Amino acid sequence: MKKLLILSGKGGTGKTTVAAAFIDFLNAEAFADCDVDAPNLHLVAGMNTLPERWDYFGSQKAFIDPPKCVGCGACLDNCRFDAIVLRDGICEVDEYACEGCGVCEYVCPQSAVTMSDDVAGEQMLYKDSRVFSTAKLKMGRGNSGKLVTGVKKALISAAPDSELAVIDGSPGVGCPVIASVSGVNLVLIVAEPSLSGIHDMERILKTAVILMAKVAVCVNKYDVCMERWRTSKDIAEKRACPL
Amino acid sequence: MKLAVLSGKGGTGKTFVSVNLAAAAGSATYIDCDVEEPNGRLFLKPERLTSKTVTTKQPAFDAEKCTGCRKCVDFCRFNALVYVKAKPMLFSEVCHSCGGCRLLCPSGAISETEKPVGVVECGESGGVRVVTGCMDLGEASGIPIIKAALAEASNADELTVIDCPPGSACSVMESVQSADYCLLVAESTAFGLHNFKMVYELVRLLHKPCGVVINKADGEYIALDIFCREHGIPVLCCIPYSEKLAWLGASGQIAALADSKYAKLFHSLLDDIRKEACV
Repeated sequence: MKKLLILSGKGGTGKTTVAAAFIDFLNAEAFADCDVDAPNLHLVAGMNTLPERWDYFGSQKAFIDPPKCVGCGACLDNCRFDAIVLRDGICEVDEYACEGCGVCEYVCPQSAVTMSDDVAGEQMLYKDSRVFSTAKLKMGRGNSGKLVTGVKKALISAAPDSELAVIDGSPGVGCPVIASVSGVNLVLIVAEPSLSGIHDMERILKTAVILMAKVAVCVNKYDVCMERWRTSKDIAEKRACPL
Repeated sequence: MKLAVLSGKGGTGKTFVSVNLAAAAGSATYIDCDVEEPNGRLFLKPERLTSKTVTTKQPAFDAEKCTGCRKCVDFCRFNALVYVKAKPMLFSEVCHSCGGCRLLCPSGAISETEKPVGVVECGESGGVRVVTGCMDLGEASGIPIIKAALAEASNADELTVIDCPPGSACSVMESVQSADYCLLVAESTAFGLHNFKMVYELVRLLHKPCGVVINKADGEYIALDIFCREHGIPVLCCIPYSEKLAWLGASGQIAALADSKYAKLFHSLLDDIRKEACV
């Protein structure tokens, strides 16, 4: 299976619009939405079936058993994520700040801390004549790269014989983007001819170099600013990226 | 007052609104927490820049002291340590800097070193103090840089505008935590509404008061209006799509400084936010 990933750096340049158009023109049999933070492709994918759904478990979360806690603060002192709050003499875990490292469990002299699985999102897999893999991260949860990897795995295992998969990515250059790039054949960067669009396009181009991905560029809304359109063209040429 | 500007969907105009509000206020602090793609400084063009490197802690192993007991490898929940040739080996990109390995090493073979992950840059643009968090390329998590950027917030009396990252994940949560009021920038499209609902859920979860700016409004999109009405979210301002505004933004200009019509609009938005935030 060849995989085409659509990225942009900047948000709102038109990743999903381009992805949806390709899916339509290609009659793509396999596609995925890796923008697990703010997924939108399902709104235009036109799938007629209900998806298969399952929970996504991110990192574990710590829980402090109130009767066992003596408020010694060992967990508080050792937590690097400011995830422990001392309230009325006992320690509590802020579930949004907790990254599930297990240090509090290790240092607690009362064995008051347990680590438990945490549902950090949901994966969805649509199957009719086509396969569409998508997911939604729960509010404020981290580790989205792991969920992105899950979305891609689900797609590949449900459509192993498809020749080409179109994958819609997320904005930025961090965790979910890095996870989405691994194993794809081509990254298409949808850029925008604006000061910030060009700045972000250069950042994602450099990130793609670090990740050793093959890249092409598409400039959307090119006539918003003709001067910047020429700049974006020059940048693509200088980096020997097909435009 | 700390004002967080967020959107869910990317490209709805978070930076546009944040920068214009800071410029309209005259005296304010602008903090760019979209550390993966910080853009506010492109418009504000701050001067007299100073820059601080943000680091995270990473374990370093003393091969002499390490007995190869494997306790650190088994403890690490992020799979950042791998057991190779009877010794631990670090994959620094996935290390969360929790410090657990150093804490439990029975032979004291683990110390910590500082690894640079980004910078926080401070400068001035007129009366606006411009703070920019910028993550190094190839890094996965912007959280340490967001924390360092937010530490530069000014005192409570003055306006601090926090320009948040897109989405509704941990980085957004981190940026919003300290805010007194959340301004949601929505786009009147189906994509915009869907992501707006997600970010609204996040703001509700944190019990933050909020209001909406509808940007690039282009005719009627009733679904967004209905959602706001049903949930009692005040729509503070509606900025119609305009080619001139798109061009101003594309060429890096601040509308509130370039055009008196927009100066008025952002002044009145700022007044509305102050009133709402006091309630």
